[in-house]
Amino acid sequence: MCRLSAIISDSYFSTMENIMALETMKEGHDGSGLGLVLRDLGGEFQGLKEFPILSGICSKEGLRVMDEYMVKLGFKTKHLWNPRIKDYRGIMKIRGFYFARAYEYPEWAEEASPETQSELLTKTSLELRDLGKGQDQGDDSIIIYSFWPDLITLKEVGDPLDVGLFFGLDKKPLLAKNIFAQGRQNTNYTINLYACHPFFIEGFTTMTNGENTAFVPIREFLSSRGFPGYVGYSSDSEVFCHILHYIRKELKFPLKYYKDVITPLFDREMDERSDKAAIELIKRVLRPLTIDGPNCTIGTDIDGTVFMAQDSKKLRPGAIGGVPGKYALMSEICGVDSVVPERDRSKDVFPMKYDMAMIEKDAKEIKIWNQKHGSMSTVN
Amino acid sequence: MESKTRLDVNGQLTLKELPYIIRWNSDKCTRCGQCTSVCPQKAIEPAVLVQRLVTSEGPMPLPQAVRQVGQGIKQVTDIERYCVGCGICSQVCPNDAIFPEYNDANKFAFHKNQGGSPYKRGGRRNSTETSTLDKLKFTRISMLTDPALDAGRHEFHIRTLLGRNLAPGDMPLIIKDNELGLDETVFIPPVREIFPIRIGGMSFGAISPHMWEGLAMGVAYLNEVENIPVVMCTGEGGMPPRLLKSRFLKYFILQIASGYFGWDEIIHAIPEMKEDPAAIEIKYGQGAKPGDGGLLMAFKVLDLIAKVRGVPMQVDLASPPTHQTKYSIEEAVAKMLTSMSMAFDFRVPVYPKISGTKTATAVLNNLARNPFAAALTIDGEDGGTGAAYNVSVDKMGHPIASNLRECYLNLVKLGKQNELPLFAAGGVGKTGSLAANAAALIMLGASGVDCGKYIMQAAAGCLGDERNRCNLCNTGRCPKGITSQDPRLYRRLDPDKVAERVVDIFKVADSEMKKIFAPMGRSTQLPIGMSDGLSVSDKAIAEQLDISYAC
Repeated sequence: MCRLSAIISDSYFSTMENIMALETMKEGHDGSGLGLVLRDLGGEFQGLKEFPILSGICSKEGLRVMDEYMVKLGFKTKHLWNPRIKDYRGIMKIRGFYFARAYEYPEWAEEASPETQSELLTKTSLELRDLGKGQDQGDDSIIIYSFWPDLITLKEVGDPLDVGLFFGLDKKPLLAKNIFAQGRQNTNYTINLYACHPFFIEGFTTMTNGENTAFVPIREFLSSRGFPGYVGYSSDSEVFCHILHYIRKELKFPLKYYKDVITPLFDREMDERSDKAAIELIKRVLRPLTIDGPNCTIGTDIDGTVFMAQDSKKLRPGAIGGVPGKYALMSEICGVDSVVPERDRSKDVFPMKYDMAMIEKDAKEIKIWNQKHGSMSTVN
Repeated sequence: MESKTRLDVNGQLTLKELPYIIRWNSDKCTRCGQCTSVCPQKAIEPAVLVQRLVTSEGPMPLPQAVRQVGQGIKQVTDIERYCVGCGICSQVCPNDAIFPEYNDANKFAFHKNQGGSPYKRGGRRNSTETSTLDKLKFTRISMLTDPALDAGRHEFHIRTLLGRNLAPGDMPLIIKDNELGLDETVFIPPVREIFPIRIGGMSFGAISPHMWEGLAMGVAYLNEVENIPVVMCTGEGGMPPRLLKSRFLKYFILQIASGYFGWDEIIHAIPEMKEDPAAIEIKYGQGAKPGDGGLLMAFKVLDLIAKVRGVPMQVDLASPPTHQTKYSIEEAVAKMLTSMSMAFDFRVPVYPKISGTKTATAVLNNLARNPFAAALTIDGEDGGTGAAYNVSVDKMGHPIASNLRECYLNLVKLGKQNELPLFAAGGVGKTGSLAANAAALIMLGASGVDCGKYIMQAAAGCLGDERNRCNLCNTGRCPKGITSQDPRLYRRLDPDKVAERVVDIFKVADSEMKKIFAPMGRSTQLPIGMSDGLSVSDKAIAEQLDISYAC
C-alpha cells in the first residue's frame, strides 16, 4: 500500500517532515518513488507568489528546446531553483536537470483573467510535455509535472528517504505551508515518472493509495470531456485529481460534492439530505465517475483546502491529527505521530465511509462532512 | 402396368437425408401409441412390419427364429413431415423405447424448399461454433494489491439505467449556500433504474398465453418480493388489456413495431393506465432475421390474439420489414420518438431497437443528437425468432460483440457514453452462461442486455438448439406449449412453474454477476465499459474489441 503524507500548517515547514513521516510508515520494499507537491511556498519563493512555477526534469537537449519554446511564448525566467544533488552513485541515477523555475507571464497575459492565465499554463505544460517525448534515448527529454503559481512538484524513483537526501532536501530545505508527499510501495518495477503521485491540474492536487478498479470507464469519461488537460493517466489514480478539477472547475460544485461524485450514496441512504433531488441526479449523470476503491484520497482544492475521503467501503486506512495551526493527514496513524507528536490524540479523526474531512488553508480546525447525514462537524 | 420393384424413386427421400433419425426399440415398445399421437410433425406412424421373432419353448428349448407380421413404429420420409428431433416421443414413452438421433450427414437443406416456398421456421441461427461472448474471460482479479470484494458480505448494486441521461453540463442545478438544488422548472428526461438483464421482446401471440402469463408473474414477483427490478418487453402485438390497466404495467416495456399490432388497444387504454410502462421500444429490426418483419402465422392467430391485435382470426400477420411511413432515419427517429414520448407526456423513456449491422454507428450518431432517444438496443445475429425465413435466420445479421463495442467506443468519442445507454441482445446465454455473457457485454460497454431464448429454455424447457432441433415455433405446434395458441398444447405448460423458474433464473443471475464483479473490485456501479477486466485467447478478437489477449 502506498504511503500518503500531507501536512498543512499556518507556518512554513520543511519537506523532510513529510519524508520522515513516510519513513515511519514504511513497510517492506519501497523503491518505487517519491512525489512531492508544495504549495504556499516559503524560503526563496516566498516573494514570488504571483509567478507561475514550472516544475520538471529535462535533459541537456530538452533544456535547450524548453528554453527556446518558453522564450518564443514570451515567458521570462524570474527565478530558478535546482536541488543540490547529493552523490548517490549506485543508489540513485541522476536523470537530468531537475528544476523549479518561476516565470513572468508573457506581457499580453499579465493582466489577463485567471481563466485565460490558467488556460495558458495548462496549454504550455502540455505542449512542453509533447516536445519532450522521445527526443532522448531511454527517457523523455522534458518531463513537466506542473506549471502554476506558488506551487512546486518534485518526483523521482527510489526509496523516499533516499530521494529526499539525493535532492539535498535535508541540507537545503524546501519550505511551504502545504506539502503533499507520497511514497509508492510495492508497485511494478517499470516506473513511469508521470505515474508518481501526487497529481496536479490547474491548482488541484490529489494523491491516493490503493488501486482504482473503475479506472478505465473513468478515464474514458474524462478524456471525452473535451478538456485538453485530461490526458496522461499513466496511473489509475490520476483520475482522482481530474475528477476534482472537473466537478470544481467545470461543473462548479461545492467541494463537499466530491464525495457524492466518487462514492454516491445508495438511494435509500439519501433521505436525510436536504439536497436529495440534486444528488440523485448527480449520481445518474456522473455515474461513470463512481469509484469502488480500495482508496484513500487526500487532495487540495484550488483555494488551498486540504481534504481526505475514503472509498464507500472504507477499505483503506487514513488518519488526521494535529493542533490548531498544524495538521497531518496520513495513510497511517504513526505518520501523524511523527509530524505532530504533542497533540490531543482523542481529537484524532479517522474518516469513515461517509466522511470527508476538510482543513482550510489557515489550518485552524478539521471539518468533517458526513455525506449520509448531510451534516458538518468541527474538531479543533 | 408398373413393376412392383421399379427403382425410379425420384423425389423420395431415404432416412439418411433427414436431420433426425428415429431410433426405436421393438423389444421395449409396448405399442401404446403415445409417441405417434404426440409427434408434432407426424413424423412417426404406426406401421405393419415383418419382424423376426426368436422363441424357445418345450422341455429341451432351442431358440427358433420365425418371421411374423406385427405392429411397430415407422418414420416417414416425407420432407413435410420430417422428424425435427424435438424428442417429445421420448418424453411420453413409458419404456424408453424411442428417441431421435441427430444425423450429421443429413441433406435437409437441399430438400426443404418444396413447392417454391422458402423454408420458414422459428428458433435461432443454426451454428454450433463458440460465440465470441463465450470466449471472453474475466481476467482482472483483485487479490493482494487491493482487497477483493466479497460477494456474500459486501453490498452490491446490480442495477442499470434505462433512459436518457443529461449531459453533465446540462444538469439544472442551482448553487445556494454551498448546497446544490434542482431547478424544477427544467425538464429532466425519464430514467428507470432496472436490473441489467431484461426479458427481450416476445410477443403475446408468438408465445402462448401460459408462457406469457408465467413470464409476467415471474417478473412481478421479482420486482415486488425479491426486489430485483427485472423488466420485460412485450414484443409486437400489445398485451392483455387487463394488464395494461393494472399496476403491473410498470414492469413492462411496450414494443411498437412496423405492423403496429396491439397499439389500438394500448392507445385507448392510456387514459385508464394506473402506472406508466417501463419504456417504449420501437422495433426497427430483429437480430435473428434482419430484413424480415414480424410474422405471426395464421395457425397462431386465434381468438384472444385476434382480439388483442384487432385483426380477424386465422390470417397471417406479417409486419413489414421496415416502418412503411418513414422515409429517412432523421424523420423516422424524430417522428417516432417524439410522438411516442408525447403520447405518454414525456414520462416514459422511448428508444429504438435495431438489428446488429455495420450501419449501427450511423443510427447511433443520429440518436446521440436527438434528446428524446432514451437508449439503443442492438440485437445481434444470435437472437431468436418465432418465425422467419431460414435464410434470414442463418445467414443475415451481425454478431453482437463487435457491433456493441464499436458503438460504445463511438459514444466514448462523442463523450455521450453515459447519456445514451446501449442494450445488447442476441445470443446472451446462448450456451447457458447468462450472467457471464451479460457481464462481458456490460464490460464491453452495454448498459444492459436482453435475453429471450435463454428464458424459453431455462424457464419452460424449450427444446430448440443450434442444430435445428424442433424450431417449430412458427407452426403453432410447439410440443412444450411455449409458442402455441392451441389450448391442447399450451395446457402442457404450467404458468406457475414458468414463473418459479423465471424467479430462479434472475436470482441466480444476480448472484453470479456478483461473483464475477466482486473479484474485479466492482460493486456500487455496474462496470460499464470496464474493458480492462476482459481478455480473450484470440488475437483478432482482442484487437477488434480493444481488449487484452491472454492465453
